[in-house]
Amino acid sequence: MSGIRDRVAIIGVGCTKFGEIWEKDQEDLLVEAAYEALDDAGMTPEDVDAVWVSNFFNFTGQSGGTAIEPLALFGKPATRVENFCASGMDAFRNACFAVASGVYDVVLVCGVEKILDQGARGLPQESYHPVFQGASAPGMFALAASRAFHEWGWTKEDLARVAVKNHKNGAAHPKAHFRRPITLEDALSAPMIAWPLGRYDCCAVSDGAAALVITRPEIAKDTRHKDDYVLVKANALAVYSIQPFYVGSYDWLGFPATRAAARMAYEEAGIRDPRKEISLAEVHDCFTSTELFNIGDLGLVEDPKDAPKFVADGLADVEGEVAINPSGGLKCFGHPIGATGCRMLYEVTKQLQGRADGYQVRDPRYGLAHNLGGPGAVASVTILARRD
Amino acid sequence: MKAGILSYGAYIPFYRISRAEMGKAWGIPSLPGERAVANRDEDSLTMAIEAGLEALVGIDPASVDAVFFCSTTPPYAEKQCASIAALALDLRPEVYTADFTGTTRAATVALRAALDAVESGSARRVLVIAGDSRPGEPQTTWEQLLGDAGAAVLVDAEAPARVSGWASMVSEVVGPWRRPQDRYVRSFEPKLETEYGYVRATAQACRAVLEKCGLEPSQLSRAALYSPDLRSVADVARQAGLDRSQLQDPLLMTVGNAGAAHALLVLAAALDQAQEGQRLLLANYGDGADALVLELEGPLPRPQGRRSVAQYLASKRDLPGYGAFAAMRNLADRPEPRVHSSPVTYWRDVAVELRWHGARCLACGVVQYPIPRVCRECNARDNFQEVKLSRRGTVFTYTLDHLYANEYLDTPIPRAVIDLEGGGRVFLEVTDCDPQEVRWGMTLETTFRRLHEGAEFHNYYWRARPVRE
Repeated sequence: MSGIRDRVAIIGVGCTKFGEIWEKDQEDLLVEAAYEALDDAGMTPEDVDAVWVSNFFNFTGQSGGTAIEPLALFGKPATRVENFCASGMDAFRNACFAVASGVYDVVLVCGVEKILDQGARGLPQESYHPVFQGASAPGMFALAASRAFHEWGWTKEDLARVAVKNHKNGAAHPKAHFRRPITLEDALSAPMIAWPLGRYDCCAVSDGAAALVITRPEIAKDTRHKDDYVLVKANALAVYSIQPFYVGSYDWLGFPATRAAARMAYEEAGIRDPRKEISLAEVHDCFTSTELFNIGDLGLVEDPKDAPKFVADGLADVEGEVAINPSGGLKCFGHPIGATGCRMLYEVTKQLQGRADGYQVRDPRYGLAHNLGGPGAVASVTILARRD
Repeated sequence: MKAGILSYGAYIPFYRISRAEMGKAWGIPSLPGERAVANRDEDSLTMAIEAGLEALVGIDPASVDAVFFCSTTPPYAEKQCASIAALALDLRPEVYTADFTGTTRAATVALRAALDAVESGSARRVLVIAGDSRPGEPQTTWEQLLGDAGAAVLVDAEAPARVSGWASMVSEVVGPWRRPQDRYVRSFEPKLETEYGYVRATAQACRAVLEKCGLEPSQLSRAALYSPDLRSVADVARQAGLDRSQLQDPLLMTVGNAGAAHALLVLAAALDQAQEGQRLLLANYGDGADALVLELEGPLPRPQGRRSVAQYLASKRDLPGYGAFAAMRNLADRPEPRVHSSPVTYWRDVAVELRWHGARCLACGVVQYPIPRVCRECNARDNFQEVKLSRRGTVFTYTLDHLYANEYLDTPIPRAVIDLEGGGRVFLEVTDCDPQEVRWGMTLETTFRRLHEGAEFHNYYWRARPVRE
């Protein structure tokens, strides 16, 4: 296996403001994100050889036409990717293969979701079996949080600290859904959604779109970002059971998909000590407890049960050892499902280029993005670094 | 004849409401005592099946040749319910199934059919299950009087509780009744219905069966009588020549009138106490009366794990008020949550859904649920043995989920990952409890419930509840 390391470059990124965007539809959002990315790359839609687009809900869009129609790129190849909440990073992964193989030179990757148009609270529940049904999304992740409360002694305060940190970061980001810092007391007194997860433990339900333009490094050298394009150092995906509640050997303490993807990604990027080498990580904090599990699963602490201490000690702050979710994360930036993976790569790219919209992490070396889907079933880890 | 009752079972739902609360809510007089209330996920069929499960404790379900379901409130107007019960009770595929409905006497009508079947030799063992949840009109004493419950008897060609005589009496008094368009039980003139309907016919049937058997009333140890209201059972006793001390508690102060399940429930309570050598009278009413004498010629098996009526009466939770009752019975007609379903998938997975079957991997031995093609633990392909799963397990992890079908629920749904005794990990909703009671390591048992109305049919499945003790 020759891998993807150093074979793909990100040369343009774009992202809409995330939030409850009542006045715009998926067409508006996708056009805004795609054109921002193309403008950033100094390119026009005609320069694009192919498109990968990700969205989760069929009511947002189906088929490659989800991107081709709004961009009026009729006749170009386009594929829609759906892989639960990791759809965005999986669209990127597939697009990387297309570029690295040499089949296409310039590919547009975009993700979009228009959740609020469904006209109901929370995420639509899409169980199709009459009786083998899961819980709500918070309920599914709460099953893991609950086990950590029992087994590891995690507390509501441990979760709340993640929310406070991410709200602080998001408040500084002009494109984040929520722009308001919160206190520990706010988080602890919020109404319960799925015990032990309260409202401030759950990410925002948001609309938004994000896009990237990718190419091969030798082509990147002749583009607008020739001096600071960002290289893909690793990209890995792993899928575990999408019905983990039936797997008798599963301990519910973290997500094996993340651990598998991280292992593959670190190996490909040549990272031995992620805590020392990774400067910032945009991780999938769909719930505050998930961020704590991610810290363990990504190997940022020696013992995964100590993840709360990592956050409490400020090591996950923007100025900390590994800045975790300097954008505010899903918690505060928002989580338009299909867009999230692309949004993470947008954020990490701009951080590595020293042009973050919100808080800038100082002198970053490696940036990591981690996208998690389903009940911890699908995990994608991407490691990026600025060109030398 | 040797045919009779080999085993029996009762089921009383967990929730009760004091009738004083019900009267207070409407500003009308209250009856004394309390009534049993089926949870929102229960109906006549689920309660009948629960009673059937009790009756089959210690008995091989494969030995049952027929199952009869009895109710005045069958959940389907068209579609048999006994066929659902046959699967939930894990009976053989070739079992004979029938529903007996339309009258509160349905359970003894079915019992007679069961006795005839075993005597004729067309079946050796027949399970009669009854459940009822009769709708009583709000703001009347009907809704105070009626109660929800289930009961079952297992009839065998050779049984310790032998049926030694039977008498029936027809009675065409209109009332109570319910037409398809009637939401609640209708009654025109209770005095007529009771005096000339229930009391007269039931007493006549009791006298007739005693005469047939050549017995004096005093030779009966116990009389288990259907009782439509709080008082008139005493009139039956008097007219039948029974002493009040012979009357089995008709459970009206604790359960209420349980319709088609009532007579068998009172009988179950009597059998709980009965000794070898005793003689019992059972009488039932509904558009006529049935009466039969049971001779306890041998010891009734009392398998460990089968709950008595007394245990069910003691295992209860009082509803805080009429509002909770109204919500449980959905008196406000709130629409059912919109949930996806498909009769196609429901049918295909019926063994794992209703029979509660899983599979043991023959390569690694791990029991799995639902039944996969490839082992989740060792990847062996198509190397499973279908097994019956245990009804008991412990909570591995859980959540209290406030979100369901896009609604925020003030009272969350407890959902638990449960490790079953003997293997298998399942994920069930926990019912019949205060959500805050659920804890890791807690022992739960399965209970048959109606989950939702997706695709506009009754989607039945198992839930978990704290062990009823």
